[in-house]
Amino acid sequence: MSSNNRPLSPHLDVYRLPLSALLSVVHRGTGGFLTIGTIALVWWLLALAGGEESFNSAQQFMGSFIGRLILLGWTFALFFHLSNGIRHLVWDAGYCFEKEAVEKTSYIVLGVSVFLTLLVWIVAFFFGAGA
Amino acid sequence: MAEFTLPKNSVVQKGKTYPAPAGATNIQVVEVYRWDPDSGENPRIDTYNLDLDTCGPMVLDAILKIKDEVDSTLTFRRSCREGICGSCSMNINGKNTLACTKDMSDIDGPIKIYPLPHMPVVKDIVPDLTHFYAQYASIKPWIQSTTPPPPDKERLQSKEDRAQLDGLYECILCACCSTSCPSYWWNGDRYLGPAILLQAYRWLADSRDENAGERLDELEDPFKLYRCHTIMNCTETCPKGLNPAKAIAEIKKLLVERKIA
Repeated sequence: MSSNNRPLSPHLDVYRLPLSALLSVVHRGTGGFLTIGTIALVWWLLALAGGEESFNSAQQFMGSFIGRLILLGWTFALFFHLSNGIRHLVWDAGYCFEKEAVEKTSYIVLGVSVFLTLLVWIVAFFFGAGA
Repeated sequence: MAEFTLPKNSVVQKGKTYPAPAGATNIQVVEVYRWDPDSGENPRIDTYNLDLDTCGPMVLDAILKIKDEVDSTLTFRRSCREGICGSCSMNINGKNTLACTKDMSDIDGPIKIYPLPHMPVVKDIVPDLTHFYAQYASIKPWIQSTTPPPPDKERLQSKEDRAQLDGLYECILCACCSTSCPSYWWNGDRYLGPAILLQAYRWLADSRDENAGERLDELEDPFKLYRCHTIMNCTETCPKGLNPAKAIAEIKKLLVERKIA
């Protein structure tokens, strides 16, 4: 009997990932998305340095529906990555490893990041320069 | 590297269906991953309709019933049937656990049984654990000490020192945690995985062991230890209620403490 043709047992297809694992995926995703965000920030600063015309067209894109949608995504990505990053610091210090604590902090991270995202957008809409 | 899809020879196909015995009223559908090394075919899912009125309560009882009464070629590991040997670890409805301590009444709908995830399959739900055991041997799971033992008695431990091993010594090496860990799926060739790291910490935490320095040297490695990203699947799935993620965090802490001390 050859052991070379042994199949690999199913993994991602069959494993029911718990909330903590899903948030771990989101942490990676938001991290990658934020990296793109810093490039976009540089693009925006370059547009600013390029003078009125280029700045206006950058502003126009950022102010469009799609632009705002992406900005909303970046806001959430920032706050999620930040809150979950703080949770990682707590874990690295050796705390909150009990199953109940992990579940509770998962909901706290989600709640805080949604709350802060909404807060920033409400402030921007009512008190921002474009209000 | 992470490969999210299964290789060609591992793609699961639809298998046979075995009907319930005549007159059965309390029917449970059980779907089982099957692979026969001699057939040259891909793995398949066979479906069994079991009469629960003539079956014990645990998932292992259902598997034994299939082997005894329906299909004697079904191959699996089992021994103690009381959650202490760790043989019957498998993936049941998306979560790794021991078939002998998993109550069928806790499962709604069909019971879906797969081998431990992302492992080479020997036959049916028997995974090849050779590499897992080699990794266990690599952490030298025994007391290492330069001080000779007392001539007339064993090495004693205070109650407090002994308590440091609670939550660690209970591990039965069933591999449920390691094979639930995506990091172990993608990097299991070099990452030790939660079960072995919990064992590594078990010896670091033992007051009678005198080789902590060398043990930490061995573990200080981007792959062996630091592929743990606190995904927490290990702790979520451990059928003994242990906390491998916490044990790994303690090892990381020991390494930091050693650096700044």
